[in-house]
Amino acid sequence: MDYLLTEEQQMLRDLARQITNERIKPIRAELDEEETFPWDIMNDLAQADLCGTVIPEEYGGLGLGCLENVLVLEALAMGCVGVATTYAASFLGAYPLLLYGSEDQKQKYLPPIAKGEALAAFALTEAQAGSDAGAIQATAVKDGDFYVLNGAKQWITNAGEAEIYTVIAVTDRVKGARGASALVLEKSDPGVSFGKKEKKMGIRASTTREMILEEARIPRDRLISKEGMGFIVTMKTLDNARPGAGALAVGLAQEALDEAAAFAKERHQFGVPIIHFQAVQHLLADMATKVEAARALVYAVARYIDTRPKDYTKVAAMSKLFPTDMAMQVTVDAVQVMGGHGYMREYPVEKMMRDAKILQIYEGTNQIMRNIIGLALNKEYSKKK
Amino acid sequence: MLKIIVCIKQVPETQDVRLDPVTHTLKREGIKSIINPFDLYAVEEALRVKEAQGGKVTLLTMGPPQAEEALREALGYGPDAAVLLSDRAFAGADTWATALTLGRAIEKLGGADLIFTGKQAIDGDTAQVGPMLAAILNIPFVAWARKLTFTDNNRLQVERMMDHGYDAVEVELPALITVVKEINEPRMPSFKAKLKAKKEPIPVWGLNDLGFQPEQVGLAGSFTQVVKVFPPPARGQSETWEGPAPELAARLWQRLKEMGRS
Repeated sequence: MDYLLTEEQQMLRDLARQITNERIKPIRAELDEEETFPWDIMNDLAQADLCGTVIPEEYGGLGLGCLENVLVLEALAMGCVGVATTYAASFLGAYPLLLYGSEDQKQKYLPPIAKGEALAAFALTEAQAGSDAGAIQATAVKDGDFYVLNGAKQWITNAGEAEIYTVIAVTDRVKGARGASALVLEKSDPGVSFGKKEKKMGIRASTTREMILEEARIPRDRLISKEGMGFIVTMKTLDNARPGAGALAVGLAQEALDEAAAFAKERHQFGVPIIHFQAVQHLLADMATKVEAARALVYAVARYIDTRPKDYTKVAAMSKLFPTDMAMQVTVDAVQVMGGHGYMREYPVEKMMRDAKILQIYEGTNQIMRNIIGLALNKEYSKKK
Repeated sequence: MLKIIVCIKQVPETQDVRLDPVTHTLKREGIKSIINPFDLYAVEEALRVKEAQGGKVTLLTMGPPQAEEALREALGYGPDAAVLLSDRAFAGADTWATALTLGRAIEKLGGADLIFTGKQAIDGDTAQVGPMLAAILNIPFVAWARKLTFTDNNRLQVERMMDHGYDAVEVELPALITVVKEINEPRMPSFKAKLKAKKEPIPVWGLNDLGFQPEQVGLAGSFTQVVKVFPPPARGQSETWEGPAPELAARLWQRLKEMGRS
């Protein structure tokens, strides 16, 4: 399919594919097996100028849009979703600053992220607050010219590896969700520490840790936007990140399809390549159709976001929901096409199947995506009456 | 400010190289072209020298007009400039005519302190152009370099890769170095450099620009012609012995006697 990409967009995608083919694919099984954080690949991405795709040029980035971002993410996810998640999580950490940061905050924090000198992370989830972002327990209490933070953030991607963290904490308990605020923390801030590295089903090249805040004292100017804006900052950040999660799903599913189809042409049973059997053809046909549908949706939503519409919450949720459910089905089917081989760790599709699961869970579960879309529909149809 | 020139070559991607039955030169039609893989290591080493010592890296290639793509792609890794040598009269050049043409272009560029090439191109596999170019320019060369160290501003210590181990040699600039893959790990291209490369003006120099007569270059200026291409016979097993010379001589004598008997 030709999605009418500009020459520049194709160049960007091809560069990301080059990194996938030359740097990620040769070591993805090893990164998964050994659960190694992919610093070398992060350095390659920095060298290639890809750490600042969506960061404006005045802060050292490329100043590109959502579509360019999803093109890169899709290409990297064809290599490894663990690596691509590490990369994408840095943007997740950067979005609050990009969208709501003060000029000083942007000047200080965006250039090192754009140059790939520092990774960022977004710290929202807690033991009792995930989907229910209003239940956050971590607190940020104002003390003169400082905020003092206490609490524990759970399952934070890039925690311990990143230098820059955007943390959501409660500044006014009485106001509920409207009492949460977003603040920037640095790895070296006093009172900041990290828990053990979590052992995960998939995306093992990505690091997930607890971020512990004990009397973490930071200057007042680390507050992003105003007190009470934490929930809005979070929602807008996630709106911007969701097409990216969809793009990871598209890249992953495409790679699983490529592996399964190539295998089906090579594998002989009953004297012919198994791709000659209609049972296999139909599986592959459904996989290919779903991948293309998901890609079309992700690109369309990304292009729409690049027109800077006022509200894109619903379509952003759609661009995460459909592709990530699709990637789960397609990777399961890829294993099925490849049979016993697909189940073996010697072949890459079992890892893809494990990696796919998290896409339905992180950055808002797909149940939450349906809530968001349902809520938006309810609103739309009330207006239409 | 070192003047560094890297000579690169656009080659067919396939391993299955075919020859034109009439001219016995490489057939390129319908095959995807890439930068000769060894040349990317030469580009990387040139960039590292520039970053450490300061300087300017210029790419040079001789080839058909589409070789410009290889130059633009290589510029994406960060070199400063590129020149394409292209003329119908250059076609069919053997290694000598190629080196002669490159040499004249380097003189036109005002010479160079350091010239890098890959150890050989994967299509012709001759490994001759680099050393011939050094001979034409009357400068020293070190082939198969796997490590470079500046001992002062114009002296290089070079580890030259051999079948068993390496030679440590020193060379004074200006010099030509051909590199093996062991010398470095090439970086990824940069998007900003690729954007710049797309618009970079690349001068194309032909016969007249370099002041040649048609019979001096290309097929006409070539001394050799490829008659047949075949894989060399496999080398026999080799062993490395170490020890005092008299002992080794005795051992060798013994072995030769045994071989003579069987």
